[in-house]
This record gives sequence, C-alpha cells and structure tokens, in this order.
Amino acid sequence: MHTPKDPLSERVFKLKIIKARQGPVSVNFGELWEYRELFWFLALRDILIRYKQTVIGVGWAVIQPLATMIVFSAIFGGLAKLPSDGVPYPIFTFVALLPWQFFANSMQASSRSVVSNSTVVTKVYFPRLILPASAVISGVIDFLISFGILIGMMVWYKILPTENIIYLPFFLLLSFIAALAVGLWLSALIVEFRDFVYIVPFMVQVGQYLSPVAYAHSIVPEKWRLLYSLNPMVSVIDGFRWCLLGAAIPDWSGMIISSVSVLIIFVSGIFYFRKMEKTFADII
Amino acid sequence: MSNSAISINGIGKRYLLGTGGGERYRLFRDAIANGVKGLFRNEKGQNNLQEFWALKDLSFDIEEGESVAIIGRNGAGKSTLLKILSQITSPTEGEARVRGRIASLLEVGTGFHPELSGRENIYLNAAILGMRRVEINNKFNAIVDFSEIGKFLDTPVKRYSSGMYIRLAFAVAAHLDPEILLVDEVLAVGDAVFQKRCLGKMKDVAKTGRTVLFVSHNMTAVQNLCQRAIWLDQGKVKIDGATSSVVFEYYKNAFSTETEGEWADMSTAPGNDQVRLRKVSIKTVDDPLQTSMTIQMPLVLEFEYWNLVQGSALNLTLAIYSDQGVCVFNTASNHEPVWHGKPFPKGLFRSSCYIPKDLLNDGFHTVTLLMVKNSAEVIYMKENALTFELIDNTPREWHGKWPGAVRPNLKWSTELINES
Repeated sequence: MHTPKDPLSERVFKLKIIKARQGPVSVNFGELWEYRELFWFLALRDILIRYKQTVIGVGWAVIQPLATMIVFSAIFGGLAKLPSDGVPYPIFTFVALLPWQFFANSMQASSRSVVSNSTVVTKVYFPRLILPASAVISGVIDFLISFGILIGMMVWYKILPTENIIYLPFFLLLSFIAALAVGLWLSALIVEFRDFVYIVPFMVQVGQYLSPVAYAHSIVPEKWRLLYSLNPMVSVIDGFRWCLLGAAIPDWSGMIISSVSVLIIFVSGIFYFRKMEKTFADII
Repeated sequence: MSNSAISINGIGKRYLLGTGGGERYRLFRDAIANGVKGLFRNEKGQNNLQEFWALKDLSFDIEEGESVAIIGRNGAGKSTLLKILSQITSPTEGEARVRGRIASLLEVGTGFHPELSGRENIYLNAAILGMRRVEINNKFNAIVDFSEIGKFLDTPVKRYSSGMYIRLAFAVAAHLDPEILLVDEVLAVGDAVFQKRCLGKMKDVAKTGRTVLFVSHNMTAVQNLCQRAIWLDQGKVKIDGATSSVVFEYYKNAFSTETEGEWADMSTAPGNDQVRLRKVSIKTVDDPLQTSMTIQMPLVLEFEYWNLVQGSALNLTLAIYSDQGVCVFNTASNHEPVWHGKPFPKGLFRSSCYIPKDLLNDGFHTVTLLMVKNSAEVIYMKENALTFELIDNTPREWHGKWPGAVRPNLKWSTELINES
C-alpha cells in the first residue's frame, strides 16, 4: 500500500559548499545545464519585450537593414563605384549586413545584459553566464526577418545560392560565438567600468568599416590582409558571401586566422567573465 | 559529519570602500588617468581604498527544522550573511555548508517585467527563482489562486495596482517550496497585510519541518516565530541562544530604559539660568511601583523643575518618539487649567502629563522635553529625557507587531442588516 510520505523525506538534499573562490575558475557545465530552462526563459523574455509593440518592433527589424543597404548602395555602389564581386551591389552588401547586424545587435544586447538585470543579479543566484548568452539569442528573430528579405531580393535579382549553402550554419554559429565572445568581455567590463556603455556603440560603428560589409575583402591590400583577418567578423562575412553568392574566398589562411581569433576572444571572455562575476553583486 | 542544514565556518566578507565618492563602480576614464598618474609618480600601487569587514570570523550551525532569528542593528552584517548564503555574493574567507534548496522572501518580484503579462511574469520569475518548468506548470493554478489576480492574468503587470503586483510576486515566492527559507524583513516591501502574509507563510514553512532564517527588527515577530536568535554586532556573533534571552539582552543594550531621573543639587541639575530640572519620571497611574508597563495601562509623566526667573509664564511641550524614530505625537501644557498663561513665581513646580491607556503602540519610546517661555521662546530642551518600554500582552491572532505609531482601541460595531 502506498503510504503518504512527508515531501521532505523524498528530497535529495544536495550539499552545497559556499566559499571564497580563488585562482582561475573553470566553467561548471553541469550547473549551466541545470539552468538551461532559465536561459530560454530569459531569451524568450528579451524577444517578447522587443516585439511587444508589434508594429514598431517588427518594423524596425525590416527598416534597419533595408535603409542601411540603400544608403550603402547609393554611396559605395553608386558614387564610389566599389567593386562588388560581380553581383549587384545591393545584394552584395545585404548579404554582409545580415551577419553584421546580427553580430552588432546581439553583441550590444549581450554587453548590457548584466547591468540591465542588476535587480536580479543582486537578489538571486544563478550562473551569471546565462545573462550574456541568452541576450545573444534575442537577435535571432531580427536575423530571420532579414533573411526573409534576402530571399525576396535573391528572387528579384534571379540569383541562385551555390551548393556551399550547406556551410551557412557553420558561419551563423561563428557569428553567434563572435557576438557572445565580445559580449562576455564587455558585459563584465561595463559592470566594472560604467563608461564602457558609451564605448560600445562607437565600437560597432568603427567595426562596421573594419569589416567587409560595404566593400569586398579583395580590395584590402595584400600586406594588410593578415592584420585585417584578426577581426572576427571578417571570416563570417566572407563565409556568408561564399555560401550565398558563390564569391571567392580571398584567402583561406585569413579565414582560419579570423576563426581562431573568435575562439581566443571567446575562451578568454569566459575566463574574464567568471573572474569578475563574483564581485558583480557588490559593485553593480 | 554533522547533519546541520546550514553550517557556517569562519565566514568573513570584506568590502573595499573608496575614500572618494560613494560610487561603487569605477569609470574606465579614471582608471586610465590613475594609471598614467601612477606611471609618472612611480608610486607602488597606492590605492586609497579602505577595508571594511561586514562579517568576520562568523561560525554557527543551524539544525534542520530550526527557525532562527538574526537580529542586530543596521550594518551589523545581517543582510550580507543572507546574501552569502543565497550565493549572491561570495565570502572573502571561510566556508558555509548548506544542505537543500534555499529560497528567500527578499526576492519577491525579482525579474518582473512591466511589459509582460501576469502569466508571463509568473513563468519568468519562477524560473529566475530556480523552479523547473514542469514544477511551474504544476503549481501554476495554485499561484494564480493565491495571488487573486484572476481575470488580469493576461494583462501587462504595468497596469496592475501595487497591491496586485505584490500579491502576484509573493504568490510565486510562496510556492517555491524550499528546504531552507531566508526572510529579510528589513527589505520586505508592502503594507501590513502583505507583511502579515509573509509571516504567516513563514510559520507554515516552519511547521513542515523546514529551516527558516529570519532577519528582522520586529522583536515581537522574532519572539513569536523563532526559538533561537543570533545577535550580530559588527559582523560577529554577540549572543546566540534562546530568543527571549537574546532579545532581552539586545534591548538592554540597544535602549536603556530611563523611567526616572533625579537631580537634588540645583547647581548641577540639567537646565540653565532660567529653569532647572529636579526630577523626571514615568509610571503607571494605578500602581506607581509597577515596573513593567503595558499598552493597556494609563501612564503619567511627571516633571519637577525650578523656575529661576520671576514672572515668566512657562509651558511644557513633550514629543514622544517610537523606536523607529517616528514622532508619535507632540503635546503641550497649554490646556493646563491652573497655571497656564500665568506668571510663575520663583520656586519648584511639578507638571504632569497623562497618557491614556490604549493609545501608544508597544515597543520603546523616548520623550523629548521642551520648556517654553511666554508661549514663544524655547528656553530649554532635553532630548531623551525619558525612555520607556511598553509591552503588549494581549492575546492576539497574529504574531507581527501592529503597524502604526499608535494603537488606539477604537469603537467598532457590527450589525446584521438582513438575514438571507
């Protein structure tokens, strides 16, 4: 016969040891997995809030890339007559704007994530890594909307994607990691140094011109290529053009350098974030 | 290995306080500027930061199922201790072992977003507080019922009244079902009804054999809910023991009651060249020898003083303050029938002020005395002229302190209008 038991007696009492953390701190993957639902809830919250005012929310996701594309097409394609790897300039730049704006929006949301959740950070414990990571997800919807526009444009210009398109998820993942990598660094830095808030938009602006968004990678002089490739978004944008438009990859070594640079920023970002997070609640 | 729910071993928490402004975060601009200055001055990492130990060498165990109160003045480290136990901040030294899931009622409404609906906020808030989705689904209806928000479930919470907002927030926290519950009453928001609910919930939790840690300034609630109390003072345990004795010691230290004062020698008595006090006292009207005063006893405050200036018309004004520092009321002797408004000859006078029963709330009170000349000029003021404690020993239905500065016994009536 089933006897009703005290709910307490059925619980597994986990012993938690709270003490000062010393030295480099590794990531507790088990704990992150335990909190995976919170990760999705926070991502869902960011998305819901972003599109709550539906007209403006979705509208902005359409206007932002389209307007940028039109301006770039007029100035760089029309006036400056920059080469566009043999495809119409508007679609040439739009393919690059897609990952760039995803990176820029997600990275900015990610850098603000800790400070904008300060009330939660000072009151509840959960692995703080969830904050910058879930913030990156919120840019995915904008990305999908832009992607829809791109499909429309490709139909209009009668351009078929190459078979390289199967590699697109890899580059998408790379841009995701790039956004998170920079977001990790900045979100921790902003807690410590509040004026980094003003530096981030500036970084985005400068970063756009240091990435092959409005121009082709191939116009960068040979001797600067290596240095140029340190920019994590270079490989992502080159990859998108390669997958969707069949553009040639300027040089594969640059591609590898850029990808490695993403990983270095990402891993160091995790360690920096983990090092700083123990004091978040004290200084935020 | 002990089976304690919480075992604290030499916990210390150090904060670094900048000597500059109150800003806790820094500006990168300043960091660079300081770094550059340092380069030129060739000083060795001289940082003008001051150490402050919010907690130091703290050790104690809390057994499973115990309800323990943490008391102490503001800044004694009570909230820091709760923050360490709930892992919001990490200790600088020492360690704490915690068995079981911790939840705290200081997290009420954490992560609520005004744009989201009640339903969305329940899920979000519960997830932030550590509930699984399955768990939230199971408890969802109970949470909605408890919060009484009913048809507003799908309305954005920015349109909620503050009462509804707090009810919803509390409903989520109340369904966490933790093994260890932390309550920081100091941070708790909301009205009396809400606080009553918090305390009621605590009692329920304690009854089911769970561990409760209660931080409070409300000694009535502390005494009624916890068997054990720990008095923290400057980050250390001052006394740890049975609640009644700890609270007694705490009160003795925090407020020393001064229900009487007498100065026989006029030349050294408090005052000045116009008036000097000879005696101050507060006692119950019915039995002047009674030492413990309750809120149901009429009280009399007596002041004996010498008037040193011929012909000044004297007035006494009293301000009664509660232990929260709130002025409960101000009263003046300008209704006094015999001497008010008349010139006082030189000599010794006694003025008495009668406080009716069922007026003041329980707790500590202090009295500030003002002596006024010709209804216009304050000639003497004595702060804390008297300090007294009123006890509430009425049988009661709930264990919190009655909110409010006063506790009048008002007339009530209920009648049946129509039986259906």
